[in-house]
Amino acid sequence: MHVEVELDEPKCVAAGQCVLAAPDVFDQRDEDGVAVLLDDRPGPALLDDVKEAAALCPAAAIRLVER
Amino acid sequence: MRRIVVVGASAAGLAAAETLRREGYDGTLTLIGDELLLPYDRPPLSKQFLTGQWESGRLALRDTADLHALGLDLRLGTTATGLDTTARAVRLANGATVPYDGLVIATGVRPRRLPSENTHVLRTLHDALALRERLGHGRRLLVVGAGFLGAEVAATASALGTSVTLFEPAAVPLAQVVGTEVGQVFARAHREHGVNLRTGVTVSRVTEVGVSLSDGEFVEGDEVLVAVGSRPNTEWLADSGLTVDDGLVCDAYCQAAPDIYAAGDVARWHNPLFATTMRIEHRTNATEQAMAAARNLLAAPEARKPFAPVPYFWSDQYDMKIQAYGYLRGHDEVAVVEGDLRERRFVVAYRTGDRLTGVLGVGVTPKTLRGWRQALTSGTPWHEVPRVNGTGTPPTVESTATGVPR
Repeated sequence: MHVEVELDEPKCVAAGQCVLAAPDVFDQRDEDGVAVLLDDRPGPALLDDVKEAAALCPAAAIRLVER
Repeated sequence: MRRIVVVGASAAGLAAAETLRREGYDGTLTLIGDELLLPYDRPPLSKQFLTGQWESGRLALRDTADLHALGLDLRLGTTATGLDTTARAVRLANGATVPYDGLVIATGVRPRRLPSENTHVLRTLHDALALRERLGHGRRLLVVGAGFLGAEVAATASALGTSVTLFEPAAVPLAQVVGTEVGQVFARAHREHGVNLRTGVTVSRVTEVGVSLSDGEFVEGDEVLVAVGSRPNTEWLADSGLTVDDGLVCDAYCQAAPDIYAAGDVARWHNPLFATTMRIEHRTNATEQAMAAARNLLAAPEARKPFAPVPYFWSDQYDMKIQAYGYLRGHDEVAVVEGDLRERRFVVAYRTGDRLTGVLGVGVTPKTLRGWRQALTSGTPWHEVPRVNGTGTPPTVESTATGVPR
């Protein structure tokens, strides 16, 4: 069982909330600020940060799926 | 605490409910919303949804499975009409009451209207649907108010081929918020994109076929959108004993009264980072504040945390992505600190008192703006804010010890 992060790029509004909450998992593209996944299977140590990022996203563009 | 009621089922209400569950609350959780729809996102209503690029399904904030997993007592199409803080119960329009041990108020705002019929406002999905079917080539849209909402709709509608006239009583749109120079940048963008921006004019009357201006002129149009700000939905709290003053008044913990918290557009709270009370109608604040309020509601009194965010908003207009951090209203001074206003690629900084209190950027990289956000968080004194030099080239700043960006 692990958590996979899904990012709905077209929904992203480039607010950067995810980068502030989980800088090890998310970054933003320089040209348009759209979020970039650095790690789509973050380990347990990062899970709280990633959940916070998904909750904070103002476009509901981040989804966590348990597999 | 075994019964928590959240009133308001939009971004803030949903975030409060989710946070309560995430923090381990497993009692009854009632979410009350006056719209019939599952929680959906509003910013796209003036952007991707208005263009027709997105359909309503794209607006859902959570899918039904995720909502189901929250185990909510979800009451949609239900309006809260009163609050009895002694009996600890919310009164509903249908006469029923919902008892609570803890309450989160997230009833948001509604558009201000003008005394006229057959005009559009834009707050709900329903509003956006009504407006978007009236846009396009050969149609004339009159937008009353050139704030962020009016400006976004003007941009979207003109991109669809609509002939747009935008009326603004101030000499420069948004000058009160972003300053005159930046407001002029936005004004120029409207005009370059063929929007007829008319500043310094007051709309005195709206009819089905156009608007009357206070100097007597009549401007014809097919549709009128009134975008003149909003009012907090606090009328239902009138007899509650809670303090209402342009929003529900809360302390730094977002608490309005014992076991009653507020979040989102409706909440006026004391932000200790800026040492002032504020009510913020920004999308990101709805979520952040709801998460903070929910956590404080569950926390032991000594474990509660003040809600001290750096506010953030964005606006998409034409080719500009406008982003701002901080609290711009009531600023004393604006300075260009990076780039060039004429190129629509810049950062401006705002001074209130003797410190940096806000930044606004257009066309700059996320890292640049995050650096400035950090400078806001650390309360940078104004005299330490680096300025652009006379040629419009950003300064090279090595110092990070003061919290000033690279």
